[in-house]
Amino acid sequence: MADATMTGRNALANPRATLQDLLPKIVLAPSFAVILIFVYGFIAFTAVLSFSGSKLLPDFSTWVGFSNYVRLFNHPNWIVALKNLAIFSILYIVICSVIGLALAIFLDQKIRGEGMLRPIYLYPMALSFIVTGVAWKWFLDPGIGLEHVMQSIGWESFSFRWIKDGKMAIYTIVIAAVWQSSGFVMAMFLAGLRGVDNEIIKAAQIDGASTFVIYRRIIIPLMRPVFLSAFVVLAHLAIKSYDLVVAMTDGGPGTATWTPALFMQKFTFGRNEMGMGAASAIIMMMMIFAIIVPYLYSELGGKKK
Amino acid sequence: MSAPSQDVATRNGVVVRALIYALLILFAVYYLLPLYVMVVNSLKPLDEIRQGNMLALPQQWTVAPWLSAWSTAQIGVSPTGLKPYFLNSVLMVVPAVAISTVLGALNGYVLTKWRFKGDNIVFGMMLLACFIPFQIVLIPSARILGLLGLAGTVPGLVLIHAIYGLGFTTLFFRNYYEAFPTELVKAAQIDGASFFQIFRRILLPSSGPIIVVTVIWQFTNIWNDFLFGSSFSSVDSIPITVALNNLVNSSTGVKEYNVHFAGAILAALPTLIVYIVSGRYFVRGLMAGAVKG
Amino acid sequence: MLRKLLIGTMLGSALTAGYAASTYAAGGSVEVLHWWTSGGEAAALDVLKKKLESQGVTWKDMPVAGGGGEAAMTALRARVTAGDPPTAVQALGFDITDWAKQGVVGDLGEVADKEGWDKVVPTALQNFAKHDGKWIAAPVNVHSTNWVWISKKALDAAGGKVPENWDELVAVLDKMKANGITPLAHGGQAWQDATIFDAVVLSLGTDFYKASMIDNDPAALGGEKMVEAFDRMAKLKSYVDKDFSGRDWNLASAMVIEGKAGMQMMGDWAKGEFLKAGQKPGSDFVCIRFPGTQGAVTFNSDMFMMFKVGDDKKAAQLTMASDIESPDFQSSFNVVKGSVPARTDVPDTAFDDCGKKGIKDLAEANSSGKLFGSMAHGYAVPAAVKNAMYDVITRHFNGELDSKAAAAALVEAVAAAKG
Repeated sequence: MADATMTGRNALANPRATLQDLLPKIVLAPSFAVILIFVYGFIAFTAVLSFSGSKLLPDFSTWVGFSNYVRLFNHPNWIVALKNLAIFSILYIVICSVIGLALAIFLDQKIRGEGMLRPIYLYPMALSFIVTGVAWKWFLDPGIGLEHVMQSIGWESFSFRWIKDGKMAIYTIVIAAVWQSSGFVMAMFLAGLRGVDNEIIKAAQIDGASTFVIYRRIIIPLMRPVFLSAFVVLAHLAIKSYDLVVAMTDGGPGTATWTPALFMQKFTFGRNEMGMGAASAIIMMMMIFAIIVPYLYSELGGKKK
Repeated sequence: MSAPSQDVATRNGVVVRALIYALLILFAVYYLLPLYVMVVNSLKPLDEIRQGNMLALPQQWTVAPWLSAWSTAQIGVSPTGLKPYFLNSVLMVVPAVAISTVLGALNGYVLTKWRFKGDNIVFGMMLLACFIPFQIVLIPSARILGLLGLAGTVPGLVLIHAIYGLGFTTLFFRNYYEAFPTELVKAAQIDGASFFQIFRRILLPSSGPIIVVTVIWQFTNIWNDFLFGSSFSSVDSIPITVALNNLVNSSTGVKEYNVHFAGAILAALPTLIVYIVSGRYFVRGLMAGAVKG
Repeated sequence: MLRKLLIGTMLGSALTAGYAASTYAAGGSVEVLHWWTSGGEAAALDVLKKKLESQGVTWKDMPVAGGGGEAAMTALRARVTAGDPPTAVQALGFDITDWAKQGVVGDLGEVADKEGWDKVVPTALQNFAKHDGKWIAAPVNVHSTNWVWISKKALDAAGGKVPENWDELVAVLDKMKANGITPLAHGGQAWQDATIFDAVVLSLGTDFYKASMIDNDPAALGGEKMVEAFDRMAKLKSYVDKDFSGRDWNLASAMVIEGKAGMQMMGDWAKGEFLKAGQKPGSDFVCIRFPGTQGAVTFNSDMFMMFKVGDDKKAAQLTMASDIESPDFQSSFNVVKGSVPARTDVPDTAFDDCGKKGIKDLAEANSSGKLFGSMAHGYAVPAAVKNAMYDVITRHFNGELDSKAAAAALVEAVAAAKG
């Protein structure tokens, strides 16, 4: 039987086979090359930038060593930003996953009207944050939003002023962000649920296991890959969240809702401190890689199909 | 199972089902509330918004805000509304989605059916590309676009969006094709089919769901992008998200909230339509492997 | 809609009436990056566009709203890096200087010399509109930030006397509070907090303002007077309502217009809101300088920074610069915008009473050396330092720091931003 994966040795005897052998790599090459330049090249560019004294535009003539990083970690806004990132990411990822999973399991119970409910859960993802940020800002504003509405229908003592409160404002952003993405997570989990082999479920049912136990012991563990993918998608959205924060609070009240993405944008483009902005970007990338690379390794390294 | 516990089970079943429906509807309300607020307030005259309840239905229904958002609202110095910018977005999004999807499909095909040493590392590196914050790439991309002579043009925007979509499209297709039976491919190779023939005749026909998934994801992200749209466009290529931002975020002047909301929904319509129309495929496509590791 | 039409016709006829005989181009185009995307300003800019079109120059509009220009500045960086800068860009203060240092700005000498800008534009503005002795930007207006806008009704109910120093101000605010309205209408955004801070520091002495805000002398930044300035800010905070956080400035103006609040401390673009609501200066609202700052002016000027462009665009660029500085445009545009002309030889006949006062104050401050750039709006210190100050001011205003800690933090923040 001929070796189905043509190797270089076979190819020498047959020029056409050489082309066929190289073709996959040739096809892949442009994408890979482009990513090397436009992603990794630019990350390297940013790293070099972070050691320079760039202000308005990249300026490699001034070398400042680690001073941007020192300034970074001494800056109160950055510390607030890191704290907010931790609070926001953890809440956002956990709540989205829980809601997504719960809704997916519910929808999986042969619900009438599933076809209508699914787009309702999914549609928020389609709206730009520029749009939804304003809507949520309205909704959460005590003067015109929820608090005002509740009070005007008679519930005088109702109070919901989180967005105006330095300590609670970050949680309002969680509310809006969860609204935006949890439907998408639900879709991922629903697909995962439906991908579980029916035979296994049937076998468990014959054995007398209740629905609850089937979910807990069999289905959910089989969905490990889905959990990890949902985590990756959510983590990426959590770290990059800039438009929503700007639209809702612009970092306020005071500096209470600064996030690393906000820090990077404001310092690079608003404060004419490109060196600092680059340093914050590198720290952000390091944090991202620290989470994603182990995931990738566990998924791709090791097990061979 | 004895009769009494069957009753209990059924009763519990009914209670549980009622609870499930209640929760599903509660969440539907949570998701729909902001849309309701936006739609309802886009049909009110401005005075009513200032004085009134944001949840109340309009006392005086008017479509003037919608007409204004479409064709007469002030976007810059000219009162043109959002209409002129729709085409720019379409001209930018469609090619970018097409290119990144096609390349993603081919990449996924290569990475799963034509294994070579280090292919997982290559895939890992391409996947990591998904996470780069766009603010980092703004200045260097601008440089390269300038060198290529594409600055401020629609092709320039198409190029940038296609490049930064490659990570995701490759991820989706690669996971999908990973689950695709390799025996079929091997059989075709033995039969002497070429690289592209195998792709066209065997993988592509079954790729419907994942193509839809990828298209939806890319369409949404590129249509809603603001950073690249505002930085790499010039007068003739301003996308609709930039125009919407100009409408909503003006620094001075009376804020015409009703026009803003109407404009926001208008700008989101294409994406919403794409979502609703392809909703079913979305779930099926994801099921087939976009999410599996 | 009708209003805009009226304004447009007024401006249009004023401009064509004063059409200068000399032009610099017959043809060509200007690409303009700005963030005036709504209301009266966009309408006013539209008139400039039509004037240029009548001179054969096409206007290519590139509006990018948001963040008081931040989004536009981001786009500008990309454009310049790509080697494709716009012809004219709206910009403020030290941003202009920073761009000039990059060597990418053009030279308006031809127009400036011919039309004698050196003689009519206040020196303080020239410090920014010129770089290395060359004209690089065309100032459109001069806003001033140390104003207070008081509802006449609220003032009358609080004793009717306009406050002229800090103690009188506090007395008026207390009376307004007793009368049951919100004494001070304010929007809790960093730049608004800083705008009030500007005025408070200025009210403690013009030398103090210069030493701390412009020269950044650490002794002034961290000394007793600065602590007092922060104390005053804290006192003012006690007069704002509980929903102040994040409120947009025009909604704060609306509070005063509707009588729900007594006064607003804001730059003179606020006047536009009052006028649009049909109120008249003197009878419905009163415009005064922040008590203690009479005779001095902290200014903010919108300028169109001109970039180096090819010869084909140069002529059109010069035409645009010339049009911007023409006395007729200066008069008509500023009547709409609420600011005062950037040249001192424009007659004040078309302006309302507050505008006339603004013009007079500017001339007086200019000649007595009390015309200072506003820190809050980028005309006292570069962006990095300005924003460092913002951080401290807004944290203090939101109760995260007490006055002594704030003064100390200010010294530290400014030093870090300069390093």
